[in-house]
Amino acid sequence: MNTTIKRKKVLGGLLFAAAIAAALPIAAPRMKSARLVRTAYADTGPRVIEIKAKKFDFTPSEITLKKGEPVILRLSSEDRKHGFFLRPFKIDADIVPGQTTDVAITPDTAGEYTIICDHYCGTGHGNMKMKMTVTE
Amino acid sequence: MKSKMDRRSFLRVAGTSLSIGALYSVFPTLARGAEAELVTRTLKQLNGEAPAPFSFVQLSDTHVGFNGPPDPLGTKAFENAVATVNGLKQRPELVIITGDLTHDADSPDEHAKRYKLFKEISSKIGATQIKVVPGENDAALDGGNMFREFMGPTHYSFDYRGVHFVALDNVSTGKPAVGAEQLAWMKSDLSRFPNTAPIVVFTHRPLFDLKPEWEWFTSDGDEVMNALAPYENVTVLYGHIHREHFHQQGKAKLYAARSLIFAFSDPETSPAKKPMPFDKDQPFKNLGIRAVKGSRGGRDLRIQDVELTMNEYSGTVGMDQVLKHGKGDAADE
Repeated sequence: MNTTIKRKKVLGGLLFAAAIAAALPIAAPRMKSARLVRTAYADTGPRVIEIKAKKFDFTPSEITLKKGEPVILRLSSEDRKHGFFLRPFKIDADIVPGQTTDVAITPDTAGEYTIICDHYCGTGHGNMKMKMTVTE
Repeated sequence: MKSKMDRRSFLRVAGTSLSIGALYSVFPTLARGAEAELVTRTLKQLNGEAPAPFSFVQLSDTHVGFNGPPDPLGTKAFENAVATVNGLKQRPELVIITGDLTHDADSPDEHAKRYKLFKEISSKIGATQIKVVPGENDAALDGGNMFREFMGPTHYSFDYRGVHFVALDNVSTGKPAVGAEQLAWMKSDLSRFPNTAPIVVFTHRPLFDLKPEWEWFTSDGDEVMNALAPYENVTVLYGHIHREHFHQQGKAKLYAARSLIFAFSDPETSPAKKPMPFDKDQPFKNLGIRAVKGSRGGRDLRIQDVELTMNEYSGTVGMDQVLKHGKGDAADE
């Protein structure tokens, strides 16, 4: 399986969206343009799944991927630094407040996996986890 | 040139059964004989200190400040462990405590109180030296600052009666990692020793993938173990998992100690990590005890479980006493 991790500042992402929005019809509201950009990206590239982290949960708490399907996991934090760790897929990413972190994954093995926060974040840290299901 | 000492294993973790923790006997076979004298003399030249028999105890995961659930006993098990160590006929010279000395707290003032209480209790241990490493509860939220303030450096090494001890910090970056800088330090620290030198590494988290989805691993543990691989007499002691465990990697032997607060479930049979339920009739069940027994040759260790007992508080009546007089509130996890 292939996984890559890429971090970018939210500001950078917004500037990119704004640049694309500028090329769209002037009547289009800015936020709608941003959504259009995201839709266009999803149509032509990997599916993007947004995952938000905060003490001591991931939202959503469960995701489902198809075996062989390239997916971008777009990670962000609502409070403090968290981790995103999945040993079987060799994923070990930091989720830093104010930034998004993209993890590209193409799972090649079906099954159920537990993703954990591996950056200690407080007394409930030990139970901060989510489920990833990979179907055939 | 291969000398006789290259063919021997020096660190005889022969072990003596205890009612708490694990008592390690070091060099019990280095008594008499020309070969033993050669070993002793050579190690003295290499290490600056000749090996001599001694014993030490490992305790772990005292979590001072935690008051359950599941365990309403607070510091009772820790206090009893101190009394047990002090009651030994053969008093250990060295006590090693492998992390999570305190339970973390959102308030720095509260966390500082917990450090002070840990020091107050541990200061009653009648041992020549007490050496500690941090667990994530002690050091992960502030990068180890409060640990250094109260306990000293988070990683270090020292020699004791011919054994080289290495304390490794795999928590204070927030991640389960030792880190490149500390790894380089350890390699440099070990480089002055021959491969036959007896080495004890103590740390908090397991240095191998014991159960990654339960965060029972160290991300760069392989690099640490690879650096230790050339050494023939390596013992690694750790905590974190709140249960006993043995693992051999190459020539190195890795042992986990039970906690002094509550036990975690068995990763082989439990689908999720969770504390074992508190048993009022057996308040110290699965806590704090691992007895290590070795053959006289010391190579084959047998580990057996021994339940902690506290006679004055045994049984249901005794638990009522504990609950009446103990702190028993302020669940914060």
